[in-house]
Amino acid sequence: MSPVDNDTVLVDKVRAAFRDKVISTTVHRGEVTHLVCASALRSVCTFLKTDPDLRMNFCADVVGVDYMGETPRFEVVYHFYSIPKKHRIRIKVRVNEGETVPSITSIWAGADWAEREVYDMFGIAFEGHPNMKRIYLAEDWEGYPLRKDYPVRGYKDRYNPYGVDREEKD
Amino acid sequence: MRISDNPIEDSVLFTSLESIADLLRNNPILKTVKHSQPFGDLVNWGRSSALWPMTFGLACCAIEMIAAGCSRYDTDRFGIVFRPSPRQSDVMVVAGTMTKKIAPAVKKLYDQMPEPRWVIAQGGCASAGGPYNTYSVVQGTDLVVPVDVYIPGCPPRPDALLFGFMQLMEKIRKENPYILEERRIRLDNVSR
Repeated sequence: MSPVDNDTVLVDKVRAAFRDKVISTTVHRGEVTHLVCASALRSVCTFLKTDPDLRMNFCADVVGVDYMGETPRFEVVYHFYSIPKKHRIRIKVRVNEGETVPSITSIWAGADWAEREVYDMFGIAFEGHPNMKRIYLAEDWEGYPLRKDYPVRGYKDRYNPYGVDREEKD
Repeated sequence: MRISDNPIEDSVLFTSLESIADLLRNNPILKTVKHSQPFGDLVNWGRSSALWPMTFGLACCAIEMIAAGCSRYDTDRFGIVFRPSPRQSDVMVVAGTMTKKIAPAVKKLYDQMPEPRWVIAQGGCASAGGPYNTYSVVQGTDLVVPVDVYIPGCPPRPDALLFGFMQLMEKIRKENPYILEERRIRLDNVSR
């Protein structure tokens, strides 16, 4: 299967099925990326997994991005791979601070910990996740460290004398 | 010694043991022996010759610590036998990057170790945070528990860890072996 065929399937099939839900599609060096509405994420994912031409049976990664200053501020990026078809696709969802993204844990169980990591680092909550709590940091941690407004060296406390004062920030 | 079924007899036995211990403690001849230089040296020699470290591997330094315990470097020949429990150990080797999440556990394990106890901070991360001057890493073990020996390196080779143990042995040989006892007596007096 040539890359062109792949692209036709990955681009056209998804766009045809979700004409009004796909906000934009980019193809860069054979990598297909769809930006979709958060409300349609679960139906798009179900389609990607069940469609006989796509068969995306492996959720490779779920990551968050903080575009501070833009609206919506955050982006959640899903990487899917099809083991039988040997092709990849990337789905992006944009959310604002305080908004939730529908969880895809019921479609790919492997997204469980990845979504918890995104929640841990960016504070993006996933609606419908069975166990939405921090995965890496201590449960009483304040703030979300991978947000752009979180200082790299953290806040000053008894374990970190080189951090930024909490009052200094504002 | 026969252990009786009668609790009153037991208590009598223990009371008499206590009184015997008191007698020995207050014996002027034994006191002189105990506080003599050779006897103190003997106590320190005993302590420094059987350092039982608690394995506390946190990161890559733990691999070097394990290598130091294996046959090529062989810490056993110095009486350094790794123990898996804080109750059985004398020295805690903090091997690797300590994050803020694990810091309470380090403190807890240190508190569970019986006195006398020592701490070795192995590697740059355990000594001063190393390259990780970030939000999640404790900037040095001394912010959590008192440290006796710092070993630089990233990670330090098993030789360096052995050298650290040698340094700790030197330190123990120069210590006052009864410092804890003396301090405890003072604390007891305060509490009374």
